[in-house]
Amino acid sequence: MFPILTTVILIPLIGAAILLLVPKKSENLIRAITLLTAIIDFAASLPLFFDFEEGTAAMQFAERVPWIPSWGAEYSLGLDGISLFMVLLTTFTCVVVYLATWTAVDKHVKEFNIALLVLQTGMVGVFCALDFVLFYVFWELMLIPMYLLIGIWGGKNRIYATVKFFIYTMGGSVLMLFAILVLYFQYHSQTGVYTFDILKYHSFAISETLQYSLFLCFFIAFAIKVPVWPFHTWLPDAHVEAPTAGSVILAGILLKMGTYGFLRFSLPIFPDASLSAAWWVSWLAIIGIIVGALMALAQTDIKKLVAYSSVSHLGFVVLGTFAFTARGISGGIMQMINHGISTGALFLLVGILYERRHTRLIAEYGGISKVMPKFAFVFMIVALSSIGLPLTNGFIGEVMILVGVFEANALYAALAVAGVLLGTAYMLWTYRRVIFGELTNEKNKTLPDMNVREVIYMTPLIVMIFLLGVYPNPVIRKMEASVTNLVATMDKAKEARLAHPAALAANLDVDKKRD
Amino acid sequence: MMTLKTIVSIVPLLAILTSLLAAFGIFALRKSPNWREGCSILAAVVKFGLVMSLYPLIRDGYTVECPIVTFPAGILPNLGFALRVDALGFLFAAVASFLWILTTLYSIGYMRTLKEHAQARYYVCFALALTGALGVAFSGNLLTLFLFYEFITVSTYLLVVHEENEEAYAAGTKYLTYLMGTGKLFFLPAIIFTYALTGTLDFKVGGVFAGVSPFWAGLTLILFVAGVAKAGLMPFHNWLPSAMVAPTPVSALLHAVAVVKAGVFTIVRIVLSIYGVGFLDNLGLGICMAFVASITVVGASIIALRQDNLKMRLAYSTISQLSYVILGVMLLSPDGVKGSILQIVAHAFGKITLFFCAGAIYVGIHKKYISEMAGIGKTMPWTMGAFTVGAFSMIGVPPLAGFAVKWRLLLGSMEAHQILIVGVLLGSTLLNAAYFLPILKTAYFDESADAAHQHEAPLIMRVALVTTAVGTILVGLYSDFFVSLLKGLA
Repeated sequence: MFPILTTVILIPLIGAAILLLVPKKSENLIRAITLLTAIIDFAASLPLFFDFEEGTAAMQFAERVPWIPSWGAEYSLGLDGISLFMVLLTTFTCVVVYLATWTAVDKHVKEFNIALLVLQTGMVGVFCALDFVLFYVFWELMLIPMYLLIGIWGGKNRIYATVKFFIYTMGGSVLMLFAILVLYFQYHSQTGVYTFDILKYHSFAISETLQYSLFLCFFIAFAIKVPVWPFHTWLPDAHVEAPTAGSVILAGILLKMGTYGFLRFSLPIFPDASLSAAWWVSWLAIIGIIVGALMALAQTDIKKLVAYSSVSHLGFVVLGTFAFTARGISGGIMQMINHGISTGALFLLVGILYERRHTRLIAEYGGISKVMPKFAFVFMIVALSSIGLPLTNGFIGEVMILVGVFEANALYAALAVAGVLLGTAYMLWTYRRVIFGELTNEKNKTLPDMNVREVIYMTPLIVMIFLLGVYPNPVIRKMEASVTNLVATMDKAKEARLAHPAALAANLDVDKKRD
Repeated sequence: MMTLKTIVSIVPLLAILTSLLAAFGIFALRKSPNWREGCSILAAVVKFGLVMSLYPLIRDGYTVECPIVTFPAGILPNLGFALRVDALGFLFAAVASFLWILTTLYSIGYMRTLKEHAQARYYVCFALALTGALGVAFSGNLLTLFLFYEFITVSTYLLVVHEENEEAYAAGTKYLTYLMGTGKLFFLPAIIFTYALTGTLDFKVGGVFAGVSPFWAGLTLILFVAGVAKAGLMPFHNWLPSAMVAPTPVSALLHAVAVVKAGVFTIVRIVLSIYGVGFLDNLGLGICMAFVASITVVGASIIALRQDNLKMRLAYSTISQLSYVILGVMLLSPDGVKGSILQIVAHAFGKITLFFCAGAIYVGIHKKYISEMAGIGKTMPWTMGAFTVGAFSMIGVPPLAGFAVKWRLLLGSMEAHQILIVGVLLGSTLLNAAYFLPILKTAYFDESADAAHQHEAPLIMRVALVTTAVGTILVGLYSDFFVSLLKGLA
């Protein structure tokens, strides 16, 4: 079989290698090659969607080559109904981002584009990897260009933001690495086999105490990524300082790695610990939803506002995931996709304003619809999508999550609704302040409307907003089997807990005997 | 109950999409006003024609269905977007689309005489609002209904802030806060609860709530009633008077017909097709809601008494009259339900006439306050004649539309053995008279200070308002015709 996943992972890296050969001066050629690479990569990833087989939770397009046999590490890739959409979201977003960043960056263009392409390889790799070592390699590979993007091409306070981002994510990574190694040796001590195969750990019985501590390590690593309150403080800084391209990739894809981590690692490897932790994780998610929204309401900087809205929106994803119901989890995945599209689009729109006025203060704007009607129209659709108005993608995801959470816990659902309301408030209020009203600021009177390039890269996002809002069926169908499988794992753990409260204790004894 | 006959047809979808397409057409023709308005009128006529083409089916007791998207059953069973037309939805759609034709004619006179700005945007938003209104009427399940309900909110926002001054923006903010706020805070959770509790959101004769515990059913009903702020039930009514800053045709069609009727229609729909009359009756919640509606019926009338601004008085009158619909359906008796649905039609014709007149007075003599309208009965005979018909209908003078409604509501409350409600209805009729008759007195019997400068509104506006006044009379005379369509519903 054709190694399609490897191809999708390597194309950006090849593009980056080609860029090395292009002279520094020909900036437009560099940008064109980057964009072309992304388009080819997106085209290469489309068969993943169309050839994806529904009705099975097994890994598809799997590739498996021994890598470091003595450690049990393999070059192992594969997609299920969860990671499929993360890969597609990545390749799709990258095309849009590279087109959007055409004029935004004018220093060290070559290095910038190489960093973007390496980042893309890392991101696709993270979602495809089925081996802990491989996963960790991609995970770190992706972080380095991100540090550079913020640190070199960022705003005034970029060094502070980069260091903060670095400390947070490194902290998380180290904890995760530690947990992976503990798992690895535990597996060996129980079975006598060294393996880093992630799927093997999905059916690995671990005592609950150990589960809980390892769950915590993974949780902190992913919670920082998502970010779950109170691990979110790096995010507004990173977003505000990052160039538009960085913000869109950060919001659109990087944040999803946390929630993806919950689905790929936390729930299936530590089902018992996940069940035990669900109550406080849910509360953290709810606090994140509400605090994120309140913080967004209080912002005067529009980019910070969008950053805080991410905290709130991803709180929904976490809440849906930890409801352990089919609708909650699939709603969470839907909302991961939706957030990538809507918030990505919001950052792009903020970038369009910033490129023209070089300010992000909401107070500097007002009455923009008079000079930029196209912008006002696109912003309206994106804002409505972000608040989950019916007909847009946000609505379907929101309904699925709310139904799923309600089935698990009515109180959580009621509190989440408060977040929905606040979300509507800050988004519409922002829109009103930026777009409507008198055009009072002299500097805004000559703003040019969106140009052709800007319209071109916003169009696919607008199309996706409506397409997913009216006809989400293909997406839901493709994720169904994987989600059902995950829910079954959780249900089994739940039942075991109800039927034999002592079973876990017995499990502990087994561990001791082995030792 | 009649046997259920169903037919699948794409006509409901076409009827909804006509005005959506028109919105694009109007935008494309924005530079040439005559073509632009031509597009509006054409769309209105086509839309009405498409709706009426369903009449033979509805008369024969068919339900017309049009599934659009069904979500995958594994994760979201029994869920999707679907259209379904029964007599209730048909009546609302027919009234809304018919009055759109007249309002478009009226708007041309109004907007051009006053030389309003941003007329293209105005007609585009109007067409979008009608798309939403028809969508609400033809929704086959709660999810679709919520979609169009929110669609109306967004598309009418731009009409409310049309004047683009501080007052308009303040009203717009209030409008969104009330409508979208209650929609997200109460309506959406109620929909989620319904789906989680019953496993479906489809509208069915007799409802889907059978077997749900009274606690959850009651809580969900309260959320529904609180969530549909478009129905203007107190204390969620304040957006409506504020929205009166919009141009008068907006107040006429949207804030007397399309938007608010979408609200009360939603409540009637939820009572009849989600809960079912029988289920609610056993629960004993209907009558509680009827009393809640009574408070609005009386309270809004009392506030209306004190308004000197004509449009504000009409707005409070609207709030009061809307609650007749809620009150009627919550009586859960056959005549109560019939009266309630008839009120959707009757009040539409009566109140749009009154708003048309208010706009005609503003165009003719530039007056907004009742105290400044002395003697206009003589200088604006057509307008005030139509106004008189509308006002008498609101009061409930036979044989006008309002009488036909109040008669059935009175019968309905007696069937339900609710003497207190009878008192509410009679008392509110007195209040209606108390705030409408002084207007007529000022217009007809007071001397005008400035008769020489007072003249009638343009012909095209008079045509519209006289037509709706005649409609008010016809609805009253032939009320049995409308009621006879409803036989398969409850």
